[in-house]
Amino acid sequence: MKLSAKVYVTLKRGVLDPQGQAVSRSLRGLGFDEVGDARIGKFIELELDAPDEAAARKRLGEMCERLLSNTVIEDYRIEVGARA
Amino acid sequence: MNFAVVRFPGSNCDQDAVHAVVDVLGQPGGLAWHKDRELPPATDCVIVPGGFSYGDYLRAGAMAAQSPIMAAVRAFAERGGPVLGICNGYQILTEARLLEGALTRNASLKFVCKDVHVKVEGQGTPFSRGLAGRVLRMPIAHAEGRFVHPDLPAFERTGRVIFRYVSAAGALDDDANPNGSSAAIAGTCNAAGNVVGLMPHPERACETLLGSADGRALFDTVLGAFAAGGCA
Repeated sequence: MKLSAKVYVTLKRGVLDPQGQAVSRSLRGLGFDEVGDARIGKFIELELDAPDEAAARKRLGEMCERLLSNTVIEDYRIEVGARA
Repeated sequence: MNFAVVRFPGSNCDQDAVHAVVDVLGQPGGLAWHKDRELPPATDCVIVPGGFSYGDYLRAGAMAAQSPIMAAVRAFAERGGPVLGICNGYQILTEARLLEGALTRNASLKFVCKDVHVKVEGQGTPFSRGLAGRVLRMPIAHAEGRFVHPDLPAFERTGRVIFRYVSAAGALDDDANPNGSSAAIAGTCNAAGNVVGLMPHPERACETLLGSADGRALFDTVLGAFAAGGCA
């Protein structure tokens, strides 16, 4: 099955995100006063072939644990769908 | 004592480390390539040097931690061999889970390149035994050196914090913490003590001509431990 995966890697709650703070300050400086915290993460799009979505999800979990995220400081979330 | 300095694509302090051990200390040493599956024969100490391995893609040290040579470094460390990770090398050792914690973006968001002072403490390691209490002046040059640990109080109790940023007088001081590291942590070791990582560059501080020879103490210490049969 030709699948497309989206992986979102985000800093765990409680890990200081100076980039996010700078962006939040910058937005407020532009007059977007409604902005509170901003957190910066990573978005990774992958194309993959797998027998089915469940199998793809399992392999993607391994990819996230081994390379795509550092689970000491980051969380990850996976979305899998048919490739357009 | 035979030193192996691991070179990754993007390493840029590998020759500084070779210079420190070969030219300054007069020891045999050479480079190991990231694609090698074995360390050079008769390796007694591994140095994972600084730089921007794999362009710091994804996270600093993340790709290098998965390269073939790291399996050999891991096996060497598990046999008790002394391993020193400097700057990007420290990031690589944490990404490889040979050391706990993680090194994240400096709180200032700036690349910081300057001399700092660190105080030696913690359990004895082949690189710091006998140095406890000493304040060493060494340069730093990094953008991702802010140490974090998911359970800092527990980690502190293990005695595995080996270097802490301090003032020239040796005092803990927020102004002396160049990157916002938790508890001003500049370097740590593993449970066995044989794997040590630090953000400052001891290899760039081995000759007074370069501004400080304080970093030489780490290399002299590991040589002393080796001579005494005390490491690996």
